[in-house]
Amino acid sequence: MAKVSLTVNGKALTAEVEDRTLLVQLLRDVFGLTGTHVGCDTSQCGACVIHLDGRAVKSCTLLAAQADGAAVTTIEGLAVGDELHPVQAAFREHHGLQCGFCTPGMIMSAVDMINRLGGPLDEETIRHELEGNICRCTGYHNIVKAIEAASAQMAGLSQAAE
Amino acid sequence: MGVEGIGARVLRKEDKRFITGRGRYTDDMAPSKTAQAVFVRSPHAHARIVAIDTSRAKAAPGVIDVLTGADLAADKIGGLICGWMIHSKDGTPMKAGAHPAIARDVARHVGDQVAIVVAETKNQARDAAELVDVTYEELPAVVDLARATDPDAPQIHPEAPRNIIYEWSLGDAAATDAALARAAHLVTLDIANNRLVPNAIEPRSAIGSYDPAEEHFTLYNTSQNPHVARLVLSAFVGIAPEHKLRVVAPDVGGGFGSKIFIYPEETACLWASKRIGGRPVKWTADRSESFMVDAHGRDHLTHAQMAFDADHRIIGFKVATRANIGAYMSTFSSCVPTYLYATLLSGQYDIPAIYCEVDAIYTNTAPVDAYRGAGRPEATYLVERMMETAARELGVDPAELRRKNFIRTFPHQTPVIMAYDAGDYDATLDAALAAADYAGFGARKAEAARRGKLRGIGLSCYIEACGIAPSAAVGSLGAGVGLWESAEVRVNPVGTVEVLTGSHAHGQGHETTFAQLVNDRLGIGIDKIAIVHGDTDKVQFGMGTYGSRSGAVGMSAIVKALDKVEAKAKKIAAHLLEADESDIVIEDGKLKVAGTDREKSFLEVALAAYTGHSLPAGMEPGLKEGAFYDPTNFTFPAGTYVCEVEIDPGTGKTEIVQFVAADDFGKIINPMIVEGQVHGGIAQGIGQALLEEAVYDRESGQLMTGSYMDYAMPRADDLPSFRLMTTETICPGNPLGMKGCGEAGAIGSPPAVINAITDALGIRDIAMPATPARVWEAYRAAAPAMAAE
Ligand code: FES
Ligand code: FES
Repeated sequence: MAKVSLTVNGKALTAEVEDRTLLVQLLRDVFGLTGTHVGCDTSQCGACVIHLDGRAVKSCTLLAAQADGAAVTTIEGLAVGDELHPVQAAFREHHGLQCGFCTPGMIMSAVDMINRLGGPLDEETIRHELEGNICRCTGYHNIVKAIEAASAQMAGLSQAAE
Repeated sequence: MGVEGIGARVLRKEDKRFITGRGRYTDDMAPSKTAQAVFVRSPHAHARIVAIDTSRAKAAPGVIDVLTGADLAADKIGGLICGWMIHSKDGTPMKAGAHPAIARDVARHVGDQVAIVVAETKNQARDAAELVDVTYEELPAVVDLARATDPDAPQIHPEAPRNIIYEWSLGDAAATDAALARAAHLVTLDIANNRLVPNAIEPRSAIGSYDPAEEHFTLYNTSQNPHVARLVLSAFVGIAPEHKLRVVAPDVGGGFGSKIFIYPEETACLWASKRIGGRPVKWTADRSESFMVDAHGRDHLTHAQMAFDADHRIIGFKVATRANIGAYMSTFSSCVPTYLYATLLSGQYDIPAIYCEVDAIYTNTAPVDAYRGAGRPEATYLVERMMETAARELGVDPAELRRKNFIRTFPHQTPVIMAYDAGDYDATLDAALAAADYAGFGARKAEAARRGKLRGIGLSCYIEACGIAPSAAVGSLGAGVGLWESAEVRVNPVGTVEVLTGSHAHGQGHETTFAQLVNDRLGIGIDKIAIVHGDTDKVQFGMGTYGSRSGAVGMSAIVKALDKVEAKAKKIAAHLLEADESDIVIEDGKLKVAGTDREKSFLEVALAAYTGHSLPAGMEPGLKEGAFYDPTNFTFPAGTYVCEVEIDPGTGKTEIVQFVAADDFGKIINPMIVEGQVHGGIAQGIGQALLEEAVYDRESGQLMTGSYMDYAMPRADDLPSFRLMTTETICPGNPLGMKGCGEAGAIGSPPAVINAITDALGIRDIAMPATPARVWEAYRAAAPAMAAE
């Protein structure tokens, strides 16, 4: 058994888990944060993407113990109160989701992409950057549009702040 | 059109919970004391189960029980069924083998379940599953259609000699043969439709629980049709009578057909819960399991001949298809390659004689059933590959050959059952050709050639039959159920509305589109309207969502219920306003006396209905109405897709440089949602054409493409952005004039892509998926001929 202490969405949490427990299992089964999904068992689909110390990671591919001491953000922690993150808002605005199952991972990847690369991002970059996220519903068309729009909006916001 | 009414691009009401991580999918639920289940699955494609020793597993930490097919049989739990009876040409009924929820004597495909382990935690169940000791006697296996009916092929079910389930036919053989005999030109093609794995991103999941006090079962399940699941689990599997079984399908993460069917795992979870005394039993598939045991799609081999007269008109079409059914007959497996396939072989064309034979064949593979489009993609692929090939052989423009043969008068009775009710195929063809600048293709091809690229263009003029379907008609064709839909509209005393529907949403946006319909009729804001679905305890009965039926059938039922609500509301308003009922009109959420300023708000009328203080004499209080709607015909969405590709002859890589889709879906409720459906469908169709294929090893019967590392799912950078447009002919068969849009993309796109690739390479055919390796080889084989031109 391993004792894992970490910050999840700003809250300090501790759990005692089997050594083999995956981070996604800790989040879903122990902490009840079921917004992070599991879509595969080979680290391919990206439904489980979260932020670990500010970087996008596949939480199915890390042991819970590896997150000891880290700060984790999940989809549940992205909005500030009732105020959606611009990427969340853009997914709705551009119909970037259908069944919603890939969506949390898509949004977390998109936020990371924009954080890393800045904006506005073009279609080719976005499509390339999404290679670790699979969606079966949308054909990606509107996901790409949503990220394009959000990246432009966020670039505008950060310029305005400067 | 109101801002929230029919035709408006209303943002989806359901999105908020999904984008904030608050969706409620089956695997998200954790009822108290839930035990976790893991299945022991056959590693062999075909094997006799000689013995199962569960003793070590039962003694493992945390294990509650380990159950086998023998236990299932002892409890008299029935087998799973195929709900559509097909008769062979000779009149004999289809030869279906038994389909127990847990295999008892023989495992028939890799992944076939042979035991269920129930433990405190999933890891404990997994560990214990490793300790279940199954002694197998391996048997020879057959996975491919070409060999499965050989006299020396392994026999999979004793009921089906030579693995043939049925040999079915449709159409007029003599007339078709006569047409072929007098043809001025005959096009012959052998075509395979590749086997696909649906791969909804949410894996299947089930939580079965039994309440011993009430002798009542509850199933939470990733289902597209919870009522049908309850019906089958009650009436056939024999879990419990319907009033003792509640099935809930909460948020469901995509289906594409694969979540229609009643699978072994949910049956086993329900039964196991009772066996262990009522603790809920939960199973969620690993993706590897999804690959092995979710029903696959397609898998046809077809030989076809199309006859043309000297004027290039089609005079006959003869088709012989072998359909792989897999190791067991899944819920609707029998109707997919028959009534959902051969009935669409007329395409958009006036063809006087069609004859089709379909042999359905068992193999040692996962069951094959409906996958997005279900039979109709196979038909369209065949027809549109034939048309393109014919045009090339006849030396005419493929668009013009199609145009020459279009059906132009409606209703049109085809020789294969369907009566097309409305359409304008020239309109979608014209729209697509203009948008794609078809005329300018030659210049683009020449320009690409200068860059060393091979450019090709391909068309596909698809038709599909949706809105499944008039109950009496499908009953006469062998369906075990009716295919109507139900709805209930409940107006609350404060004027808000709940719509209970038998349709089920798993990505389609019903919570928004259905509310738009109510808004359109009653003028109530969509935030005051709730759509309730997916729970057999809440909704009276329903047939679920598949075959693009939720609009044409599900919404039609809501229309009928709304008609009744409106009629009663008008009566109440007339009484309150001391006016004649026939003078009452509904506008902007108000009931008005036409031509006056006298009015009552909808709220006032609703409240009056529930206080009952002042109702017309003899009227029952309340404002709640239900309706069942049985479709009068199929609906016939149709359109033209144009795909343009560039191939790199050095690598064989195909890039889709342009994809245009022009669709006629009849009346559209929410264009944004319709576009999303088409995008997703096209992506799946392009996936079929370029990337995806379920491959079994011919000798061992092992699934070679059992993960996302081996099975190529379309990713964002495999696909282009799409250009969509719609034309409109109103469907006369239902009150809203809708045709359905859920499957068109998956139906129309594969032939467009393959027609473009074969055009670029100057070859007749290439197998799907047209991977870079296949394209490169085809180019190398064709290169001398191309060079000589
Ligand atoms: S669940 Fe983590 S990548 Fe699929
Ligand atoms: S929205 Fe369903 S998988 Fe992406």
